[in-house]
Amino acid sequence: MTAQTVIFYAFAAILVFAALRVITSRNPVHSALWLVLSFFSSAGVWMLLHAEFLAIALVLVYVGAVMVLFLFVVMMLDVNFDKMREGFRGYIPVGATVGLLILVEMALVLIGGYLPAGATPSPGQTGPGYSNTSALGRQIYTDYAFPFEIAAVILLVAIIAAIALTHRTRRETKYQNPNEQVKVSRADRLRIIDMPLEKKE
Amino acid sequence: MDELLLPAQRLFGAAWPTVWTLAKIIAITVPLILCVAYLTLVERKVIGWMQVRIGPNRVGPLGLLQPFADVFKLIFKEIVVPTGASRTLFFVAPVLSIGPALAAWAVIPFDDGLVLANVNAGLLYILAMTSVGVYGVILAGWASNSKYAFLGCLRSAAQIVSYEIAMGFALVGVLMAASSLNISDIVRNQSGGLSHWYIWPLFPLFVVYLVSGIAETNRHPFDVAEGESEIVAGFHVEYSGVAFAVFFLAEYMNMILISALASIMFLGGWLSPWPTIPDGLPWLLLKMCAVLFIFLWIRATFPRYRYDQIMRLGWKVFIPITLVWIVFLGAMMQTRWAYLFH
Repeated sequence: MTAQTVIFYAFAAILVFAALRVITSRNPVHSALWLVLSFFSSAGVWMLLHAEFLAIALVLVYVGAVMVLFLFVVMMLDVNFDKMREGFRGYIPVGATVGLLILVEMALVLIGGYLPAGATPSPGQTGPGYSNTSALGRQIYTDYAFPFEIAAVILLVAIIAAIALTHRTRRETKYQNPNEQVKVSRADRLRIIDMPLEKKE
Repeated sequence: MDELLLPAQRLFGAAWPTVWTLAKIIAITVPLILCVAYLTLVERKVIGWMQVRIGPNRVGPLGLLQPFADVFKLIFKEIVVPTGASRTLFFVAPVLSIGPALAAWAVIPFDDGLVLANVNAGLLYILAMTSVGVYGVILAGWASNSKYAFLGCLRSAAQIVSYEIAMGFALVGVLMAASSLNISDIVRNQSGGLSHWYIWPLFPLFVVYLVSGIAETNRHPFDVAEGESEIVAGFHVEYSGVAFAVFFLAEYMNMILISALASIMFLGGWLSPWPTIPDGLPWLLLKMCAVLFIFLWIRATFPRYRYDQIMRLGWKVFIPITLVWIVFLGAMMQTRWAYLFH
């Protein structure tokens, strides 16, 4: 067993354990943190596949931004677990069916691409000058430029839709306009009054 | 150098690469921690002078032993865990805040070839590591089971996420100019003297980067996460002793990191301002000191931002500036003035 194999199994074991804890831990904040750990471990696995850009992007986007916002929301929720567990048994048949269907679908997709152990193509030795990031960039912006742009537009639509759904003007809220506050001058705020001297009685 | 290391190499055998890397890590970390110790002293001295005070001058000559006195005081203090705190996360939080602050130094080049890990995606790695640092703050606030700590952590999370975007865009400008993500290559592309540094073509991005850096490290005037006058000490209000010291260490280490990055990306790193003067590590240290001085100067000069002003500055001022400059940069690179922007 080479060092790389050992590292792979270590990351994979942590990943599976963390993923299990995401769905089994009782506290939603703990679940979110376990999810962070599982993102980190999968980034480690990707790094072993020489996919450095994807690995770092996973940490940057999911760990650094998405999960922070997730935690932000989850921390402020007061989740009542007893209430959530009500009717758990009633949902088991539906949940189990959906779960089974997903499992079958995934199996159908994955079995075709599954290779026996040893036959999986290794990423191969790359020279020291090889940059995974620039290779990926070239692919995206030449061969897949069109799909990439479509994905970008879909994301843009999603952003606008999310803002349009949540944004509403509230009449009762008073807003400050920082532009006006910054532009304020002495003449707007200060009035110098001339007062005649008063004699002490 | 290699011949000198041969006996040690023979002694450790197969474990040599690990031992050698560990030695390098220690060679970076120990001076860094000493820098943090003296940065705290310099900060108090500089702010003291700016406010016509003397600053710490009792411990050792000129107060030079003050940082050690502080460290010993913190070490011997009791660590109090609040009732109802989430005990494990309470202690994990300081570790999570110092870990990324240290890990980011792995790709910082101190001189030509003097870098722990010369990775191709160095710039991305830096961005990833600095974005992970926020977990320490968030967890500290949540695990403390305290209102003030929680308010501080919410403010900090919102602030860091907002300014990260502007910071990332500022670095996109750098990578466009250098056409490389490798930090050593970015410095090498700036060789040729003062006029070749990226601060000139990317000046708006430099300003955005520096200010966002101050906001990212929760430093004054963006320190609403700590806000002494409103929420006591913010996210670390419940921490005492060594646990508090670790947060402190992480904050100052991040400050030094931001100054190192600003020097590397915009001020030519280890390169000297005139090609006739030899390059080297002292130049990088000098530039870092200059940037750090700006940090302290700002702290002594400006009042704290109001929370909505922070958000406005991040989203409505910095992000548009960086976006416009990136488009401008891209357009200029297609014209015959492209040489000015490389």
